[in-house]
Amino acid sequence: MSTINRVGDMKLHTLTAHELAKLLISREVSSEELTRKLYGHIEKTDKNIGSYITLTKDIAIEQAKEADKRIKEKRDVGTLTGIPIAIKDNMCIKDVLCTCGSKMLSSFIPPYNATVINKLKKNGLVFLGKTNMDEFAMGSSTETSYLKVTKNPWNINTIPGGSSGGSAAAVASDQAVLSIGSDTGGSIRQPASHCGIVGMKPTYGRVSRYGLVAFASSLDQIGPLTKDVWDCAALLEVISGYDSLDSTSVNMDVPDYISFLNKDIKNIKIGVPKEYFIEGIDKDVELTVKGAIEKLGSLGAIIEEVSLPHTEYAVATYYIIAPAEASSNLARYDGVKYGYRAKGEGVDKDLLGMYENTRKEGFGAEVKRRIMLGTHTLSSGYYDAYYLKAQKVRTLIKQDFDKAFRECDVLVTPTSPTPAFKIGEKTDDPLQMYLSDIFTIPTNLAGLPGISLPCGLSKNGLPIGLQLIGNYFEEGRILQVAHAFEQSTDFHRNKAR
Amino acid sequence: MNYEPVIGLEVHVQLSTKTKIFCGCSTNFGASPNTQTCPVCLGLPGVLPVLNKEVVQCAIKTALATNCTVVERCIFHRKNYFYPDLPKGYQISQYDIPLGENGWIQIKLDGKEKKIRITRVHMEEDAGKLIHSENPEDSRTRVDLNRACVPLLEIVSEPDINSPEEAYQYLVSLKQILEYLEISDCNMEEGSLRCDANISIRPVGESRLGTKAELKNMNSFKGVQKALEYEIMRQKKLLIEGKKVYQETRLWNTDLNRTESMRSKEEAHDYRYFPEPDLVRINIDKEWVNKTRQSLPELPKVRRDKFKKEYGLSDYDVEVLTMDRKVADYFEECSKHFPNCKMIANWITGDVLAALKDKKNNIDNFNMSPEQLGELLGLIENGTVSGKIAKDVFQDMVCTGQDAKQIVSEKGLVQLSDEGELVLIIDKIIQQNPKPVDDFRSGKQNALGFLVGQIMRETKGKANPQLVNRILKARLS
Repeated sequence: MSTINRVGDMKLHTLTAHELAKLLISREVSSEELTRKLYGHIEKTDKNIGSYITLTKDIAIEQAKEADKRIKEKRDVGTLTGIPIAIKDNMCIKDVLCTCGSKMLSSFIPPYNATVINKLKKNGLVFLGKTNMDEFAMGSSTETSYLKVTKNPWNINTIPGGSSGGSAAAVASDQAVLSIGSDTGGSIRQPASHCGIVGMKPTYGRVSRYGLVAFASSLDQIGPLTKDVWDCAALLEVISGYDSLDSTSVNMDVPDYISFLNKDIKNIKIGVPKEYFIEGIDKDVELTVKGAIEKLGSLGAIIEEVSLPHTEYAVATYYIIAPAEASSNLARYDGVKYGYRAKGEGVDKDLLGMYENTRKEGFGAEVKRRIMLGTHTLSSGYYDAYYLKAQKVRTLIKQDFDKAFRECDVLVTPTSPTPAFKIGEKTDDPLQMYLSDIFTIPTNLAGLPGISLPCGLSKNGLPIGLQLIGNYFEEGRILQVAHAFEQSTDFHRNKAR
Repeated sequence: MNYEPVIGLEVHVQLSTKTKIFCGCSTNFGASPNTQTCPVCLGLPGVLPVLNKEVVQCAIKTALATNCTVVERCIFHRKNYFYPDLPKGYQISQYDIPLGENGWIQIKLDGKEKKIRITRVHMEEDAGKLIHSENPEDSRTRVDLNRACVPLLEIVSEPDINSPEEAYQYLVSLKQILEYLEISDCNMEEGSLRCDANISIRPVGESRLGTKAELKNMNSFKGVQKALEYEIMRQKKLLIEGKKVYQETRLWNTDLNRTESMRSKEEAHDYRYFPEPDLVRINIDKEWVNKTRQSLPELPKVRRDKFKKEYGLSDYDVEVLTMDRKVADYFEECSKHFPNCKMIANWITGDVLAALKDKKNNIDNFNMSPEQLGELLGLIENGTVSGKIAKDVFQDMVCTGQDAKQIVSEKGLVQLSDEGELVLIIDKIIQQNPKPVDDFRSGKQNALGFLVGQIMRETKGKANPQLVNRILKARLS
């Protein structure tokens, strides 16, 4: 860990949350100073990167001043008090634009806070702004956003991954110390992997979804994107916990996740699912991940091959269930109450015309594709063959994991089959795009926690992510393994430039 | 050829829980538009429903009171369709696993009892309301979402109903049960009770069902009956003319007294039901069901049997007294203070209900407690006041809320039953009226009535009529 000598010289914005927390607590640096520094950096770099949709500078400076006061008065100071964070633009902050990357909500200002937002506020974090994303979180490259394209800070000709591409790019380019995203089929882990940072999808039910604009309710989960594993553990602890406003959140105590760090991983059983090393996987990815697995072995973990036989059906299953739920979740965008409403001939007098034009103009192609898919698979006569069958396969996939976790503690896989691809490379080929999430989707279907952390670079200098999957509510265990790996390697110190 | 109608009814009842089914907003009727709303019932992006357990409790009560089996694991589904009063674009409802199923209720028509089977009882949320402008120059329609997310129960009958009159009786009986359970105010004008009907006809003796029409938009029980009568006539005419009945949804037009086609089967929605992923399954264990069963009030049928057997009341009295649970409670409370049940029944079915109707009042805030009525009846029974005077005392009590004894003593209304005193008065009247006395003695019976009237006038109505009759006859013979 770098030693900090003189505050004035330092590139404050490049530090991790735990490095900054020390400076804040010792009052060598104020949250306001840090926040202003970050905005300076955002102004310089975001023209090229495009992480943010909305900057909330007035709110942030206000929050930073309040955090400084709390620190000064030693009142309600948490591990992340005063740390600036970026928020994916599908989580509601009262009175702040929430676009979801869509024309449909391009002027929508929510009148309430998401539960995670209240938790972050309570802990004194500073809201820098709202980050770009694939429209309604549907995509793996952030290219389906109506508002802008976000570029990968490692190579601006490539995508940052998605759908939480803005949140990943912001952290990777030091435009934010931390960020939160949402993960329905890999939307935190895949962009974290492409941007060379840490990203975690917690167990379904660990973090409240109240105030997260729904994509697929049974799969969506909010989680952290951070510069290292310590920050991930600290942020996870802040946002986790039961919420009476979310019936699917689970009423279980939140552990002290940091207490899992700095422990050795001797005799921890790590399973390598053979179905995740398939034909078509990028050679660099395969070699790098295999190297990382060897590293885990050298740290004392017991590596064994396991089988998750239904893995090959995961993508197909996901593309039945997620669009089905989405087709219903997105029905509320009808032009009646809020959001975009089509204008012109036929719209003012005719209800059906208003609906059709509003949804035709307000949604992008990928969103419409998924609404149509979901509407079709739920229709009478098709429900049993598609939706019901998919739910059965989902159970089989879950059972695969249950069986694997009877034999081992943690599973290790690549996060994504390839490093970041070129902007525009897959936009015309949805099926290729969907395969970007082939290794992350099964965890969402099963509801398990998964983390992605950097484990090397490709020949072209792009980051490669390692995915660790844990049993239900065993985020602590995967953080332990991730931290041990991170501390014995230097990959997390690689920086985009 | 003779045709018989086959009818099934779908009743929607709004529950009178304090808060809505999936959020904490009030369910009060009549607030200004959109004042009883929050992000959840407005269907804003990102919100989630949280089930109000009280609604489940009401549903279990209703399921048990209609003899349904209660499911152990209760789940909700989404019913997807677009309409401006439906903020989420789907209604959270129940689908293939309703909370209660396979029940029945009993109805009575022309003295005959009949069981109507209940298919299902399920929970769902109500939609909002569209308000169309009444100004012809303003073509806009406004949306009021106060009602969105208000809890509803849907109670569906089997097609066991064979006439519009039976349908009417079914609704009366069902409403009575719901009122006994105190889960809804069952006010059709405010829309807290709504009824749709499925009706087909078939030749008598045929076991296959004919093609049905679904009737909507009836806003009273009589409206349901009339709509069914019209529809039977319409379908019969079609069949007699050799035409076909098409499966469709028809609206009852109250002004023109006819049903009108709304949409055909082909235009029917595909609701794309699927399990609501934002809610978790709730387990309804045996203990919950048993506790609820024990907490149920005495239901109309049990109460009717009891009133007949225990209190020995006539069918008419039983019917009238048990129609409203509160009136039945009033009767039973009164019977603790006065033993003659027949007499209580007469007074309640007569004077009490008339007084309530007169004052447009209901028994909840009636001026006279059951104990006070019992005291009045006691005064009649022991001869303190005459039945006639008692009617006046009753009216005074209704107006003032005073006790009968107080009114009787303050106004000096105690019945005159002293024989010595009565003899003096009677002799005086005999002396003053020689002609009627002669008439009576010569056989004209109605002269006696005149004399009694004179005596009552003399005593301001307080003379004990039985005594007057007896003494007068003795003095004249």
